Amino acid sequence: MNDKPRSTEEFLKGLWNENPVFVAVLGMCPALAVTNSAINALAMGLATTFVLVFSSLLVSLFRNIIPKQVRITAFIIIIATFVTVVDFLLAAITPVIHKELGAFIALIVVNCLILGRQEAFASKNKVGLALADGLGMSLGFTFALLCIGVIREVLGNGSLFNISLFGDNFEPWVIMILPPGGFFALGFLLLFFNWFIQRRKKQNETKTQEI
Amino acid sequence: MSEEKQYTDPAANFTDEKEPSSLKLIFALGIAGFLSGILLVSAYLYTLPMIEANKAAALQKAIFKVLPGCHSFQSLALIDGELMEESELGEVTGKQQKKGEAPKKIFAGFDDQGKFIGFAIPGSEPGFQDIIGAIYGYDATKNMIIGFEVLESKETPGLGDKIFKDPDFQSNFASLETEPDILAVKKGKKVNPNEVETITGATISSKAVVRLLNKSLKEWKLPVSEYLRKNNMDLTNNLKK
Amino acid sequence: MENENLIWIFISALLVNNFTLSYFLGLCPFLGVSARLETAFRLGLANIFVMIITAICSYALNTWVLPYAPYLRLISFIIVIASAVQFVEMAVKKLSPELFRALGIFLPLITTNCAILGLALFATNKGYGFVEGLVYALGAGGGVTLALVLLAGIREETRILNIPKLIEGTALNLIIAGILSMAFMGFAGLFSAG
Repeated sequence: MNDKPRSTEEFLKGLWNENPVFVAVLGMCPALAVTNSAINALAMGLATTFVLVFSSLLVSLFRNIIPKQVRITAFIIIIATFVTVVDFLLAAITPVIHKELGAFIALIVVNCLILGRQEAFASKNKVGLALADGLGMSLGFTFALLCIGVIREVLGNGSLFNISLFGDNFEPWVIMILPPGGFFALGFLLLFFNWFIQRRKKQNETKTQEI
Repeated sequence: MSEEKQYTDPAANFTDEKEPSSLKLIFALGIAGFLSGILLVSAYLYTLPMIEANKAAALQKAIFKVLPGCHSFQSLALIDGELMEESELGEVTGKQQKKGEAPKKIFAGFDDQGKFIGFAIPGSEPGFQDIIGAIYGYDATKNMIIGFEVLESKETPGLGDKIFKDPDFQSNFASLETEPDILAVKKGKKVNPNEVETITGATISSKAVVRLLNKSLKEWKLPVSEYLRKNNMDLTNNLKK
Repeated sequence: MENENLIWIFISALLVNNFTLSYFLGLCPFLGVSARLETAFRLGLANIFVMIITAICSYALNTWVLPYAPYLRLISFIIVIASAVQFVEMAVKKLSPELFRALGIFLPLITTNCAILGLALFATNKGYGFVEGLVYALGAGGGVTLALVLLAGIREETRILNIPKLIEGTALNLIIAGILSMAFMGFAGLFSAG
């Protein structure tokens, strides 16, 4: 019965407090490699969501059957299966995006975020909780990718989701959609997050002092 | 079947504390592999026709673009220096597969009357950043390039990517003579019909395109002209049937 | 002509399309293990080592297995590479304990690293043959090593500096990496000009 508030909690933590990219700094390859436009970032985020949610579901369902000694191998088989499926689906539905993301769809398989969630959470918790956790984490991941993608596309191309924002007078910062831009965007976002967390800590401290 | 097996298993597994036998480990992984295999094959079979259709559509679009007026096309494969139609391929594929290499392909395009227009030839060459993959239309009777389209490139956005975004550069390839070799010249300096005006700020990418065309033509001119001489009649007949 | 192509593949993987700085592959160890120069260098060597095994494995798979079952590509790459690396690790332990001591602890770390799988996938996508694949692996491994060593060198320097607490850690490393990546952009066009 008290499952409900807990699953909400597990869902929310992935979005913000334990955000996989900004706080835990996991899954960096896709976070930087394919975020040169908002639409690519979104596609990557959704593909990862699909894989993470279904892997969590299966791992949690079979958590008592999979022997401990071979669990990592079993997780990898499960994850790789879903990644292959998502690869095929994207190629069938949106060939353009599939071409842009290229090999990076297949590389979802080695995204430490996914294997990490299976090992740390899904293999130890009930299906409902595992689903909530997987969904929260992957939405947090998608949100982070989207943040980076939006910043890079707006600055680097002067557009958002391929809609031009500033007109012809804007000289795009091409560097932002090139590889260095990925490092810079994430670096500054992490900086912002650090600042935000420290500020909140200080606020909490002053609050407790007042009390 | 296997699903049921799995659900009866946990009872046996409750005394999991001690080492399970390796047979059990193999069994568990075997089931995981089996299930994943079923899922993979069904996803593969389900999406394969769509993926093939997408690929065919993309190929068709590219061919129609580089061969203006093109209405239908036929794939030709290069086998032992000789061009063959796909329909004839059946007999030779066995031989080819032993070599472990897919034959190189080009495409012959026809207009709506079934008249032969030219060949669409894919090629690739290292550019500024990475390999540039492209396809171009080649009118073998006039020895001219009549269209060009980039299929794949990672050239710098805003500079090198003008090789497929800049209409001025594209217009170089509407009718470009290929005899003698194509030359790259600065913008506005074009005098001869075999010259390509490069893009300011993207000279290396532009020159890579020219190199791609020259290299590819060197490779294909001979088999293409042989094929034309041999099949000139067949080409037009083929479409009527 | 053929040699020219091989040199281009090597330079492209080593500098122009550096795995770490332009494809963002293998970032986890890049940021995690790059605090000390020596560790970074050894991790880089281990990377080259595993990449060569990967190139051989993926070539074998691509030639003999995958034409019949293309949907197994991803799974077989991962599992075969992981087992091959483990196997070679055991062999190295027996044959050359010194080499094992130098690389040993890193091998399991990088087996499921994205740079390794990325190498296998890219080499497949580009349709490289055996020799090309090996050269590509050498270039890519060398590139990863180069990036690791460079970042580690800079990070050792930053430790003596007075850096605001806010930016310390991953944020700073990422920005350094960004500048390195920008520097590596200068290599573009190498060997394709002319």
